[in-house]
Formats: sequence, C-alpha cells, structure tokens
Amino acid sequence: MRHLVRSVPQTCPGPSSHLSPLSSAGRQNYDLLVIGGGSGGLACAKEAAQLGKKVAVVDYVEPSPRGTRWGLGGTCVNVGCIPKKLMHQAALLGGMVRDAPHYGWALQPVPHDWTTMAEAVQNHVKSLNWGHRVQLQDRKVTYFNIKASFVDAHMVCGVSKGGKETLLSAEHIVIATGGRPRYPTHIEGALEYGITSDDLFWLKESPGKTLVVGASYVALECAGFLTGLGLDTTVMIRSIPLRGFDQQMSSLVTEYMASQGTRFLRGCTPSRVQRLPDGQLQVTWEDPSSGKEDTGTFNTVLWAIGRIPETRSLNLEKAGVHTSPTSQKILVDAQETTSVPHIYAIGDVAEGRPELTPTAIMAGKLLAQRLCGQSSDVMDYENVPTTVFTPLEYGCVGLSEEEAVARHGEEHVEVYHAYYKPLEFTVAERDASQCYIKMVCLRKPPQLVLGLHFLGPNAGEVTQGFALGIKCGASYAQVMRTVGIHPTCAEEVAKLRISKRSGLDPTVTGC
Amino acid sequence: MFSSLGVECNILELDQVDDGANVQEVLSEITNQRTVPNIFVNKVHMGGCDRTFQAHQSGLLQKLLQEDSAYEYDLIVIGGGSGGLACAQEAAILGKKVMVLDFVVPTPQGTSWGLGGTCVNVGCVPKKLMHQAALLGQELKDARKFGWEYSHQVKHNWETMIEAIQNHIGSLNWGYRLSLREKAVTYVNSYGEFVEHHKIKATNRKGQETYYTARKFVLATGQRPRYLGIPGDKEYCITSDDLFSLPYCPGKTLVVGASYVALECGGFLAGIGLDVTIMVRSILLRGFDQEMAEKVGSYMEQHGVKFLRKFVPVMVQQLEKGSPGKLKVVAKSTEGPETIEEIYNTVLLAIGRASCTRKIGLEKIGVKVNEKSGKIPVNDVEQTNVPYVYAVGDILEGKLELTPIAIQAGKLLARRLFAGSLEKCDYVNVPTTVFTPLEYGCCGLSEEKAIEVHRKENLEVRLSITQP
Repeated sequence: MRHLVRSVPQTCPGPSSHLSPLSSAGRQNYDLLVIGGGSGGLACAKEAAQLGKKVAVVDYVEPSPRGTRWGLGGTCVNVGCIPKKLMHQAALLGGMVRDAPHYGWALQPVPHDWTTMAEAVQNHVKSLNWGHRVQLQDRKVTYFNIKASFVDAHMVCGVSKGGKETLLSAEHIVIATGGRPRYPTHIEGALEYGITSDDLFWLKESPGKTLVVGASYVALECAGFLTGLGLDTTVMIRSIPLRGFDQQMSSLVTEYMASQGTRFLRGCTPSRVQRLPDGQLQVTWEDPSSGKEDTGTFNTVLWAIGRIPETRSLNLEKAGVHTSPTSQKILVDAQETTSVPHIYAIGDVAEGRPELTPTAIMAGKLLAQRLCGQSSDVMDYENVPTTVFTPLEYGCVGLSEEEAVARHGEEHVEVYHAYYKPLEFTVAERDASQCYIKMVCLRKPPQLVLGLHFLGPNAGEVTQGFALGIKCGASYAQVMRTVGIHPTCAEEVAKLRISKRSGLDPTVTGC
Repeated sequence: MFSSLGVECNILELDQVDDGANVQEVLSEITNQRTVPNIFVNKVHMGGCDRTFQAHQSGLLQKLLQEDSAYEYDLIVIGGGSGGLACAQEAAILGKKVMVLDFVVPTPQGTSWGLGGTCVNVGCVPKKLMHQAALLGQELKDARKFGWEYSHQVKHNWETMIEAIQNHIGSLNWGYRLSLREKAVTYVNSYGEFVEHHKIKATNRKGQETYYTARKFVLATGQRPRYLGIPGDKEYCITSDDLFSLPYCPGKTLVVGASYVALECGGFLAGIGLDVTIMVRSILLRGFDQEMAEKVGSYMEQHGVKFLRKFVPVMVQQLEKGSPGKLKVVAKSTEGPETIEEIYNTVLLAIGRASCTRKIGLEKIGVKVNEKSGKIPVNDVEQTNVPYVYAVGDILEGKLELTPIAIQAGKLLARRLFAGSLEKCDYVNVPTTVFTPLEYGCCGLSEEKAIEVHRKENLEVRLSITQP
C-alpha cells in the first residue's frame, strides 16, 4: 500500500497579547515582504530591491499528496510553463522525426524513452531554481524557505521543513502564493491513486497508459504531449473543452488531438478509482446521457480539473485580508491592494486576474515601482495574449467570437477567417484540416480588431507579434495594409479577406 | 496641337472655377503632378506639356486617340510571377479582358520551370522547404536529448528531398493555371516583347510568333541570377535557378556571394550535411543591419559553414565531368596579391540578380530603363514614363524585392486602373525574414539607417540576448 507523504508544518502559536500592530517606526524587519517565490513574487521582490528597498521573499512548497516537491521559482518554473513546454517540444520532435524521411532523412520510426526526457527536463528546472537563488542573492533579497502565515496585519510567522519558526514583519506585504491543482476528493480513490500536473513533470518513470480527467488547457496540453510521446492517452471531459476560450477554436483543438490518436470521452464523470492486484488503476465513470456506467484500466490517472488558490493556510483572517467566497482568491483593486491597505496580492492567487506568468511578472514589477514611488502606472490586464500549447497550438489575444457578439451584438461584429496549409506540412504530407485563423472585428469602419485567434504551428511566436498591434488599437484596415512575410503561416493573418457573413469558402489557395 | 489634329478637347481652367485649388489637390494626388496643363487622353493620364508633345512625336498620342475597342485586351501582363499573376487575376475579377504571358528562358545549364515565377519555382517556396529539411536535421539531433531513441547518424538523401519539393511546386504551377482559367485570364506560355505602341510579339518555345494588343500593359518580368563574367562561370557554375531542381546531390559546394540567397542556400546545404564554403567579397547581407548580419554569419560558422572573407573567384575549371563533377576554383584576395585554389563538386553563384528588362522591346516604345541597374523607374502609382505601361515586382527601381509587396502592388494597381481606387502601395515598414539556419526577421530601419536618418543622439537601442 502506498503511503501518502504529507508534511504538515505546525502553525505558529498566536502572538502573545502584548504584541500590538506595529507602527512604521522601529520594529519592522523589512520594507517589503513577499510571500511566494513564483513568477509574480520574485519579479516584485527583485524590482523593489533594485529600487533600494530591504526585501525578503519566503517560498515554500507543500509536497503534493504523492510527495512531489520542488525548489524556488513557483509553478511556472517547476510544474507549469517550463516543463510543460519542454515536454510539448519533446512531443513535437516526435512529429518531426516522422516528417524527416519525407524531406530526405533516412530514419525509421523510433521509440521514446520517458526517463531520458524527464531527467533532462528536471535538470533544466533545477538549474533555473539555482539561477533564481543566485539572482536573489545578487539583488540582495533575503530568501527564506519557510511556510508563512499571518500573525497580524504586519507580521508573518514562517515555519521551516524542520519545524523552526521565524517571525518576519514588513511595512508592505505582497501575497503571491499562486495556486495548486484541485483534487476531486469526493471521488473514491482520487487522492490515493491519482496524480496531478504537480507530479507529472517529476515522474522518473513513464506514466504509461493515462486517463486525463479535465478539459482545461492543463488537461489538453498534458494529454497532447503524452499522445505525442507515444503513450495511450484518454481525456475525460465533463462538458466543454477550454471553458472561457473561443469555443469554435477549442473544438478545432480537440479535433486535431483526436486525429493524432488522443481518445476523448465526452460528457462523462468519474465516480471511482480502484487499484487492481497488478498495480493498474481501474476507473469507473458515468455517462449521464445514457445513464450507463463504464470502466477502463489505466496505469496513471491525471486530475486536471482546475486549480485552487493557496490561501487556506495563510491565516488571512488574522491580517484582515478578504477572499472571494466562491473562488477563495484574494480580492484586490486595480492597484493590487487587498482589503488591507499595505497588503497586496498578485498572480494566480488574486481574484479576477489572468492566470499567466507574464501578467504576474508585469504586475509585480509595476507594484514594486509604485511602492517605491517610482511610478503611478497600474497594470493593464486588457488584451493579454496567450497560447495553449496543445499538439496544434492555439494562440489568442482579445475577445472570443462569443464575447464579441455578447458585448456588441452580432450585427456589429465581422469575423474574417481562413483555413490555411503551412508550407512545411505539404512535403511532410501532414493533415492541415484544423489550421485555422480568425479575426473578430467591429463591423463599423475602420473595423477595430477585437480578437485574433490562430491555430497552427508556432502559435505563440505568431500571436506575440500581432498582440502589439491589438494593444495599439489596430483596425482591420491597418491589418489589410500590413505586408506579410513570405513564406510563413503568420502572413495568413495579414491576408484574411473572407468574412463568415459572406458564406464564401475560407480555404486559402495558392501562393 | 490638339486642334491641328482635329481632336475635341475639354478644357477646365482651374483659375476660373470656385474650387480650383481643391481640384488641383486631387489632381496632384491621383497623378502626382501639381502643374498645369494636366492632360488626360481617353482617360489615360498623359502628363504636362512636355510629355504630351513627346507622345505626339513617338506616335503614342495618336494611338491613344483611337477608340478603346481597337485593342484586343484591356490588360496584358508580361510575367507570370507573384506580381504579374496577382495583378492579372485582380483585373479579371473586376471584369476586364486580361492576358498573362509567361516564359522561362532556360538557364545555361538547361533548367526551366512552369508558371508562377521565381517565388514558386526557384525562390521562396523551394528555399523554405530546403531550409525546413535542414532544420529537421538539427531537430533530429535535439530529439535524442528529449528521449527519442536512435543511435546511428542519420543520413540525408538529396533525391528524395528534390522529388518531394518538385512535386509540390508542380502542384502550385497547376494550381495557378487552374486559377487563371477559372478567372478567364488568357495564359500564353510565350516570350513577350514590344514591337510598337500597344502591341507585343509573343514567341513560343517552337519559335512561332503571335501578336497581341492591349490598352494597358504591366511589366512583371522579374529577375534572374547574375553571372560573374569569369572563365568557366556559365559553363560549370550553377545558380539558385538550378539548385532547387538539381537531380543529383551537389556535394562539396562553394557558394559565391553574401546576399541572403547565398547565406540561405549555404545554410541549408550545410544543414543537410554537405561541406559548404561561402566566399564573400566584402560584407554580409548588404543593406541589412550589419550587427545582425554578422550574428547570422557567426551562427553559421559555429555550425560548420566555412567562410572565405574578402576573396573573389577569377576562374572555374572543370577537372572531372559528373553528377556532380569536380571543379577547381581559383580566387584572388581583394586586399592583396594572395590567390587560393580549391576543389569543389559544385560552385553556386549567388552574387545578385539582374532585371529582365533589356530584351523585351522597351526601347521600341520609349520606356525608360536605368542603364546601370536594368531597373525601371516608376512613380508612386507604378506607372512608367510611358503612360499606359506600368510595372510591379523585382524590376522596380528603388523598391523591395519581395513577393508579398509585388502581390500587394499588383492588386492595388489593378484596382486603380479598373475600379477607380485611389489606394497606393505602401512600401514603408515592410517586414522580411532571412531564412538562414538561425533566422533573422526584421521590420523598419537598421541601426545604421536610423542613425543616418535621425542622428545617434536621438536614438535608444535596446538589446536582449536570450536562449530559446
């Protein structure tokens, strides 16, 4: 039987009553204390230190139920963006290995070794942990590897892995504790037998035949690269894929994945996970439409059903910081200030923010600059570009078609679209059926671009460039006057001419 | 003059009308001429006094005074490449009677190709596919680090790659022919040249001559690679025109030149495993930002491409015939008396491209051609000095040699000629990318040009060195 490793740091004893809320004179250890050493926290801390403040960062990784833990850097570096993109790359390289013979390379199909990849990825992540520690040292930011919780509005108590306590106080406190994957604890066996993205990137052995439960970008990205690496992968989706994203694009994403061999179980929810004598996992699920139950056997069950903010063990009520009753995220205003004037929250833990590294970083830097009196600029969360790194990548910036129609009304929205074929797919004889672009605009001249959606190779690289245009308020008229770079996929964005309204065939032909 | 020709004139005296100044503004916008008289004959803009008298001298004026219906076509486009086809198809969509002539004069090595121009056949498309083949070679190496298990060195087969690429190009040639047919554009696979105003002679591969007339003409004949003018160059060397359909692997290759063509070709040849040397007379990527150009070169050098800087070949000798054979190249230093000799299987010349404007009868109708460059000066509506003759693409003087610009210019030109549009092609801030092993994308001014235009003290340059 597997033992669940769970370390539960003791919470600090409450402050003795003679410790009153600190005034700005005298007893503060730091100008700025940042709780959470991830994308947002580190960016904020380093910026403030650079501007001359005395800064401390506390970071602590509560091991996953499976026992996985990692170093400084937060989700992005350790169990998010970085290892995700590297494994996605490994999967893409598998595709290139298959393309290569078409281009003249004499190579038979080759198998993939998870352990080689995992070791390389994990080594890189560890080098980044190290890099972050060195950076903090260079910028003279004090770093504590302790689990923090509030004692009162200006004081935090941190407990190390070994149980040692440290009291820290600061004039300003930034909460950047991020989030962790949610477990469906109401499902029997979910906690004991399932893993999450926290564990996937640190597995030393291949996960084998995997069931991914969820429809988030995490679920689809993971299922995507697992399939690409040659593993038997099934995705179980309760309702719709990529909720919150443009739904036409989302279904093209899953269509492509299905064409590449990922199996989809739509409209199903798991009810039970059991372990079989041979070590495999048996999952039972319900299909509400038929009312029937079904089972399947897998080596690994990966829960990717959403993330919950790390606020529960912070003792926020001791500081008077309010959270949303529905999401548990910390409520903030446009300046990232919480309900307590000198306490702020950035990144995934803050309510209403995009859960993205670059926005957390930018918000953290701007916050530091404001706190140091260097600027009054506030973070602009509008038109933030992002990319879902599924096997066929989906980059987007601005509004989905549904959002645009909801906001402006269908008669006031014009959508230009195109199905295109990347040149590189031709010789490789790859199916480009889902390579698609659409630009959602206002109908009224000059036709302001409301949203851009690109499905295809290198979507992140393509979308980044056009995000600048949208930030500058580009109109469709300006897009039409932008000359393309040939031959690329990106140029197809500048060549969009067919509107959905016209009903004409949006397939790009010829040169 | 007009009255002596018996021609009825409509004269608008701008100083005698209320909004004369406005009219002058609009005239200036559509004709680029601020002076008066501003003369139009049968809707074609002639120009001022001088141009009109010139046209009278050359017989052009009389031609224009004739009825439109005297011409067989509304538009004849000479050159079926990126610019020509875009213009022709747009004009046809606007309801005009259009002809496209396209003819490929075979290379000294005998290479030829189908409809579509340089981009499709011997430029952008095959270049990008060979670049992709080379990138895949690198990615195969990366794949092992990411866990893909193979232990042997993977070899590249040239013939497999060429066949796949040529098949794709063939499908594009076919696609263009289909597209022209669907739009009712007459396509003639013949060499077009002017014989007199409004009339061209079309000569096909068998030497048969046919004549066609049109109200308007667009020159879109593009360019072909230059040769060095040294002993052995045409006999033994190849160019990009030959490379993309070469039926045998070029082997150990010397690339002469420092253009993006030279670097891109040298780059992908090295990427598929060939021994490549690039001989550069002076700087890399003239006209591009030099700091970036040097980085492009360094990356290539680090990845096995040899550079011979400040040398020019003076002779190419064939030592052995074959596919490939063996060639001896003698080169001289540009800085001193030093000469070097080396043996290669293939010598690829990539020293620049010459416009196809010298032998298409332009002198017969008085179209001005820059003697030195062979390029055609046009105004900002792509009109040559002969009012009914326009030009697009690589042959334009002072413009960019890029497919998307030629296409844009061609389309907009057709709309101005036949749909009353006023929109001109904007040649500013056009992005481009050099598809060398490490790709270089740019838009706007190089650092040098920016300093020249704005002065150093008004500039801030921000740098970043990253690792993907």
